[in-house]
Amino acid sequence: MWDWNFAVEVFPEIASALRITISATFAGFVLALVLGLFLTMMRRSDKVIISKGTQGFIEFIRNTPLLVQLYFIFYVFPEFGLSLSPFAAGVIGLGLHYSTYLSEVYRSGIDAVPQGQWEVGTALNFKKGQVWRKIIIPQAIPPVIPVLGNYLLTMFKETPLLSAITLVEILQTAKIIGSRSFRYLEAFTIVGILFLVLSYPSSLLIQRLDVILNRR
Amino acid sequence: MNAVSIIELITSLLSGLRVTVTVAFFGIVLAFFLSFAAGFGRLSKYKIVRVVATVYAEVIRGTSLLVQLFWIYFALPIIGIRLSAMMAGILALGLNGGAYGSEVVRSSINSIPVGQTEASIALNLTPRRRMWRIILPQAFVQMLPGFGNLQIEILKGTALVSLITLGDLTYRANVLNASTMQTTTIFVILLAMYYLIAWPLTRGVEALEKKMKVGRY
Repeated sequence: MWDWNFAVEVFPEIASALRITISATFAGFVLALVLGLFLTMMRRSDKVIISKGTQGFIEFIRNTPLLVQLYFIFYVFPEFGLSLSPFAAGVIGLGLHYSTYLSEVYRSGIDAVPQGQWEVGTALNFKKGQVWRKIIIPQAIPPVIPVLGNYLLTMFKETPLLSAITLVEILQTAKIIGSRSFRYLEAFTIVGILFLVLSYPSSLLIQRLDVILNRR
Repeated sequence: MNAVSIIELITSLLSGLRVTVTVAFFGIVLAFFLSFAAGFGRLSKYKIVRVVATVYAEVIRGTSLLVQLFWIYFALPIIGIRLSAMMAGILALGLNGGAYGSEVVRSSINSIPVGQTEASIALNLTPRRRMWRIILPQAFVQMLPGFGNLQIEILKGTALVSLITLGDLTYRANVLNASTMQTTTIFVILLAMYYLIAWPLTRGVEALEKKMKVGRY
């Protein structure tokens, strides 16, 4: 049954692995933000082969498991001479997988900008880059920030998958403790509680942010 | 070492395909029922039902699927509940999908204009008939895209059962990889197989959506 002494004893060890979990989450998120933007732009390309190709790529990534993609990056890339550390492979996997989701978010933000705003750019004789930077992006991105925040949380909750490619984050730490002591209940429960304690308040915060940003 | 042909690799992965499809199927069915149970629970007029449904959804959505799976498979036996890897996988995927699905059900029902409820009260329909004949048929159409995504999430989630040693596609691929070392071929086939299973799911939901939208706005 539940052993409080044991739980207290292993808590610091698990909590200290949180650092790896959180840095993988943020690194992956930054990568996803950048890659997602590229995918959005490529999907809007005038060249049908690029836009259709990007769309196919997005659909493929979204319909296959992140775990398999992680294995692919970690085991197949070295065959082509690109060996990655578990952390780097994990960040690339997370970033790539969620960039396809974020590109949809950007797209919805951009589609919500009224057509007239593009025409304003033409009327002001702006260059294409200027229209994007000065007119479209400032209107398209703020409304979707809460959605981006939700994906940050989703990514945080997906990081335990990185344990499968031998990254020692919190779940892997708990598993090591479990196999060492044959007591899984406390270790896994602590991991669950840590996730809940970090993600539930964050999701409430994002809901508040949504109300503030989308108040018109 | 002799290279194993692609045909042989695919045939040895097929036994894993059966496990993946089984887990996905039962996981989706369980998630579907739990979505409605928890979705209606969150709209219940009884506070206790609302609290239970909300706590269920928030706790599951606040933790991670893999942690839940490990908890069910490795931690539950300590309090005397021992499940097979298959059962643990289906249960974890179903519980997880149900929590996300409850949000789909709840928001779709809430999105039906209040005039519909008022009209059915005016027509003297019982609450049950109001829900069953008026609200739900309209809400269900709106739930379809959400459920479509959920199915794909559950299918992708089945790959995690390989980590509790259930012999699904991913597990077989890892075993095969260790014995044949044809890493690139195996993982390309694996990704393609998942994509091929997901394909009819997405198209099926799209077709259903189209069919149910006929004659509606």
